[in-house]
Amino acid sequence: MNLLKISGSPHVHSDESTKKIMWRVNLALVPMLLTGIAYFGLNALLISIVSVACCCLFQWLIEKFILKVPSTVCDGSAIVTGLLLAFNVPATADMIWLVAIGALVAIGVGKMSFGGLGKNPFNPALVGRVFMLISFPVQMTTWPTVGKWFPMGFDTVSGATPLGLIKEGVKGGQSISEVLASPDMPSLCDIFLGHMGGSLGEVSAIAILIGAIYLLCRKVITWHIPVAFIGSAFILSGILWLADPTQFIDPVTTILTGGIMLGACFMATDMVTSPMAKSGQLIFGVGCGLLTIIIRNWGAYPEGVSFAILLMNSVTPLINRWCKPARFAC
Amino acid sequence: MGGVHPEENKISTNAVIEQMPLPKQVAVLMNQHLGAPATPIVAKGDKVKVGQLIAEAQAFMCANIHSPVSGTVNKIDTCKDMVGLPKTAIYIDVEGDEWMESIDRTPDIKRECTLEPKEIVAKLKEMGIVGLGGATFPAHIKYSVPEGKKAEYLIINAAECEPYLTSDHRVMMEHAEEICIGVSILRKALGVPNAYIGIESNKPEPIRVMTEMARTFEGIIVEPLVVKYPQGAEKQLINSITGRKVPSGKLPIDVGCVVSNIGTTFAVYEAVQKNKPLIENILTVTGKKLPSQHNYQCRIGITYNDIIKHALGQLPETTGKVISGGTMMGKAISNLDAPTTKGASSVLVMDENEARRRPESNCIRCGKCINACPMGLEPYLFSALVKNDRIEEAQAHNILDCIECGCCFFSCPANKPLTDEIRLGKNKVRAMMAAKK
Repeated sequence: MNLLKISGSPHVHSDESTKKIMWRVNLALVPMLLTGIAYFGLNALLISIVSVACCCLFQWLIEKFILKVPSTVCDGSAIVTGLLLAFNVPATADMIWLVAIGALVAIGVGKMSFGGLGKNPFNPALVGRVFMLISFPVQMTTWPTVGKWFPMGFDTVSGATPLGLIKEGVKGGQSISEVLASPDMPSLCDIFLGHMGGSLGEVSAIAILIGAIYLLCRKVITWHIPVAFIGSAFILSGILWLADPTQFIDPVTTILTGGIMLGACFMATDMVTSPMAKSGQLIFGVGCGLLTIIIRNWGAYPEGVSFAILLMNSVTPLINRWCKPARFAC
Repeated sequence: MGGVHPEENKISTNAVIEQMPLPKQVAVLMNQHLGAPATPIVAKGDKVKVGQLIAEAQAFMCANIHSPVSGTVNKIDTCKDMVGLPKTAIYIDVEGDEWMESIDRTPDIKRECTLEPKEIVAKLKEMGIVGLGGATFPAHIKYSVPEGKKAEYLIINAAECEPYLTSDHRVMMEHAEEICIGVSILRKALGVPNAYIGIESNKPEPIRVMTEMARTFEGIIVEPLVVKYPQGAEKQLINSITGRKVPSGKLPIDVGCVVSNIGTTFAVYEAVQKNKPLIENILTVTGKKLPSQHNYQCRIGITYNDIIKHALGQLPETTGKVISGGTMMGKAISNLDAPTTKGASSVLVMDENEARRRPESNCIRCGKCINACPMGLEPYLFSALVKNDRIEEAQAHNILDCIECGCCFFSCPANKPLTDEIRLGKNKVRAMMAAKK
């Protein structure tokens, strides 16, 4: 017989693993990938493949040749980053090669430079996305038009996002109702289904909700961050809208356009970069929601979700310091 | 708050309690309880009977120890306990099975107890009764409520929330009446109106049996509990039954509660009504890969090897780990030649594959350890603080409140040995506090 093993208790484990969590997230991202392909065609598929492949490749290369540690590509986290990065860019032909640069920054700077999964203070996909937005502003704000379902061409026709239309319109002196009445503006139903201009994975609220509900059921995420994020964005935009409906859009359109849904359900809920305690998660979500609306209305960019989440990522350690779980007895 | 749901694996539930045959020799450890070791009062060559006092409690926090067998004292020597630490033990060569005349060995059940509370406590002390829920706290100290404190609730812990263990389950099924008498005696000792027996609701049979039996007694209430590990942890149990919370660093009596394990109440019955000292305990012998599952009544001081030999012949080839206790809080045994003690509750045999720990990876800050912690602590933070030797901060974050239930490590997706690191941290905090004094 072998020697007996000894160890401290407990002697059993729940079978939960990082790998399982990451693959569940990947599964939850599939509906968005499918709607992205449905609305934007082959470009969407190619961008996603290039992004995921590059994220995995760069992680493998860095671990093998720079950090000289065993590869962790199999844990699926690089695929999560790759998919989320792809979901945050416009589905145009230019992006097929540009996303590779984004992947290098996301994995190389956003994640591996801090020591890999679990050590990064900022959401890697957002680091990559913001890098691309600042470095390639034209390509990152050239949106494919959405007209027909399953477009198979590779042509880039410049369309616009609802938020872009509103920003331009308000800057140009139009009132919100005039912008909303313009023929370029999609109907609320189209907005909900995602039939509008926007980044590859962010357009369909329904696909995002399906993924988010799956993650909630599998207990990968909790309701705190998404609800606080979307709720605070809804309330602040609602107050602004009530105060001046000619300058501010209504709260329902606010939360369904742009990246709020994707950001709240999949980017802000990133375990590594969000607070640990429930109370901290609520603060984090509210901060994301308020910053998003502030940037959208008073910032230079039409969309502010990426910046809002990254800003809140930066205060996560402080939130963790102040928000403690309720002690059983003190 | 918190808690986890480990696989229950109560596979020995239906194994009726069997009598373990007497071994050739027993080793009776002098440290079988929380506190100072007892002092031997026999010498080499002395003849002893079953139930004879062989070691006396001389310190305050200590308990009497009686001979579990009859025979001759072979030697008083150091003996390695189950984790390999040297302890003093009285070795007794077994000869026959001659009991002290004072012990009532008839099968009759005696319901009436005429002793006064003080006499009951004295009896518990005389008979060497300790808590059998794991901590082996001397019972006579627990039932002497200090000046200025008042007991309002007597809580009997029959949650048995640990996976695999079935000894409490079997005792309730087979000795319900004796248990209820034991509970009544403890209720009388404390002078409280009601005693509550908490049983996890995944044990419908013991709940039924105990509820029916409790009806024939005064002031015994059976409380089914939510199934969630660690429901049977003292502070969690008190909270479930009374709604009260024991503050950090305080004892149950500070919120008017006294908690005893169900196995202890059976020992109390035998001690007070039958004059029988604590010389036997009930052990579960179990494991997923074992050919048979057992519950045994064993004399204390029998070695783990003797138990395994009788129950299984030998350990299976693929054995990875042998645990005394359950899978969540039990101790891995490194020395199977060690004798059992009063607090032993099981011999749990784990397969190689079950015993293997998976490799650790980076913390992904998922917060599962925080959600699992029944004390509302931050295990991930302790892990980092202890590794960096930031002991004062660990103390400031209430590391000493940790009950070492293992929920954090159990639920960690990165397989970080959080419970081990916290245990180390607690020791470092205690060492630091001792150095400051």
